[in-house]
Amino acid sequence: MSTSVTASPAKTKNTAPKLRTPRAKHTPGKPKRSVLLTVLMALMVLYTVVPLIWLVINSTKTQSGLAESNGLWFAHDFALWDNIRDAFTYHDGIFGRWLLNTLLYVVLGAGGATLLAVLGGYALAKFDFPGKRAVFAVVIGAVAVPGTALAVPTFLMFSKMGLTDTPWAVIIPSLVSPFGLYLMWVFAAEAIPTELLEAARMDGASEVRTFFQVALPLLAPGIVTVLLFTTVATWNNYFLPLIMLKDPDWYPLTLGLSAWSSQAQTIGGDVIFNLVITGSLLTILPLIAAFLFLQKYWQSGLAAGSVKE
Amino acid sequence: MTTLQPPVAAEPRPAPPPARRDRRSWAGWGFIGPFVAVFALVFLAPIAYSIYLSLFRNQLIGGNQFVGLDNYTQALKDDAFWSAVGRVAIFLAVQVPIMLGIALLVALALDSGRLYGKSFFRITIFLPYAVPAVVATLMWGFMYGTKYGLVGDINSAFGVTLPDLLSPGWVLASIGNIVTWEFVGYNMLIFYSALRVIPTSLYEAAEIDGAGQWRIIGSIKLPAIRGALVIATIFSIIGSFQLFNEPSILRPLALNSITTDYTPNFYTYSLSFNGQQHNYSATVAIIMGVITMVVAYAVQLRGMRKGA
Repeated sequence: MSTSVTASPAKTKNTAPKLRTPRAKHTPGKPKRSVLLTVLMALMVLYTVVPLIWLVINSTKTQSGLAESNGLWFAHDFALWDNIRDAFTYHDGIFGRWLLNTLLYVVLGAGGATLLAVLGGYALAKFDFPGKRAVFAVVIGAVAVPGTALAVPTFLMFSKMGLTDTPWAVIIPSLVSPFGLYLMWVFAAEAIPTELLEAARMDGASEVRTFFQVALPLLAPGIVTVLLFTTVATWNNYFLPLIMLKDPDWYPLTLGLSAWSSQAQTIGGDVIFNLVITGSLLTILPLIAAFLFLQKYWQSGLAAGSVKE
Repeated sequence: MTTLQPPVAAEPRPAPPPARRDRRSWAGWGFIGPFVAVFALVFLAPIAYSIYLSLFRNQLIGGNQFVGLDNYTQALKDDAFWSAVGRVAIFLAVQVPIMLGIALLVALALDSGRLYGKSFFRITIFLPYAVPAVVATLMWGFMYGTKYGLVGDINSAFGVTLPDLLSPGWVLASIGNIVTWEFVGYNMLIFYSALRVIPTSLYEAAEIDGAGQWRIIGSIKLPAIRGALVIATIFSIIGSFQLFNEPSILRPLALNSITTDYTPNFYTYSLSFNGQQHNYSATVAIIMGVITMVVAYAVQLRGMRKGA
């Protein structure tokens, strides 16, 4: 794999001199488009989408169709709708339950994480308070601690508090997003003019009112961005629920899918790879849709103050 | 790699100067207090508890006993642990440069303005980031297989026998491919966002001075995004040392190749949840955390010093 991947950078390098046309010197704002570079990028896109295409195609196959047909083409039977229906009805509709659990974890976990990050980032950007440096140092330092190093002690702690095997065990740790805090801090520092806050305070507005009426509207693109990334982190989380939850009724989609997949390996286990594949497709569609539809917002949120002149 | 943090907008900026004429007050705590409280509960308390746990051992006779640093000396002599560390170190040395190299080239290509359909490329290459590690690993795991997968199809279509990608000799590379697929787009976005911050007037000035595209990349673009490069490298190091999801989900398909101590994280998980050795597991996790921080810190120092 490594050889084929490293081959393309080498090719890019060889084409470089051709790109450097003398004409570019006179039109610095509009470089000449390159077909070759576009073709190389298309290869990269191919690598990105082939697994996704494979997923879409194979979610239309029955269990026997999967084994008999070519991986990148359709089988004779088109069973997508049957697969979707079976996924939702298998085992008394446990998949629907997992979907609702995931939504619950996202709404409370990612929503809460975003709220805390917005408030904290605003404080770091616009207030000078005792202990500010310490807060910052501890948060940044903690980012370097491998999250999984915390998993076992967190599990034992939560277990003593009677929180394991409840939704809280998944939601509470999701509430903290050091990256979200950092992003909101950078974003708030640039998006909110301090003069505006001073004017509001001069007019006698309280800090709470200033935050809601002056700061919050200016923070909107940053909030969408942080919300989207905390949503991905919560939606896709696997390790935390894996250690915290035993009862399949509380599983999120990720844990449920891996349980379905590994039951084929257990003796007498039902082989339902067609449902694993269709379930996987159903799991990724909402997030991909969210990224595509909200593209404009999250990209402007990431590029805070970074528009080229 | 669940805890890998999402991209950073741009080169880290120095702390914004405190607001002018703003008095130091406790008002800021009203806003940051909730974050700090939850942070203390889910970050600081577990770290402290973990250190406490690592100093005890649950003995058959006598129950939980204070053993000082015995767990640490045991871990330092533990072959299973060190072979897992060696494995993720190899993974780090090979996979991370490939992934970041591709991400950087893609970001530079997008930023060059020489592509047709630029926004299509940007969003498409980023999309795998939205795919959970579980789904990514299941997809690739099926595709690697000879039964339902592409490898089987290629073998029968061309009459060849590709190496078994799930065999012990290949499985680490196969995992590397999955991780690369998942995170190239994410790192690309970090680099691309940082590149967008550079004022175009710099390029114009350089072009007037006769600098070509490669010179501009080498002398302006790369130095300008050094901070983003360092951050992406550090996140990738942390991610590699934490490797767990991909091998653990791939394991049912590759029982002979992936052992339950395949990575340090997998080892701590198995110790704790299959072996009930919570104290020893906490010790291993702490040592791994320290190794990760030391390596990440060294990279940060080196990255910031280079060419500064």
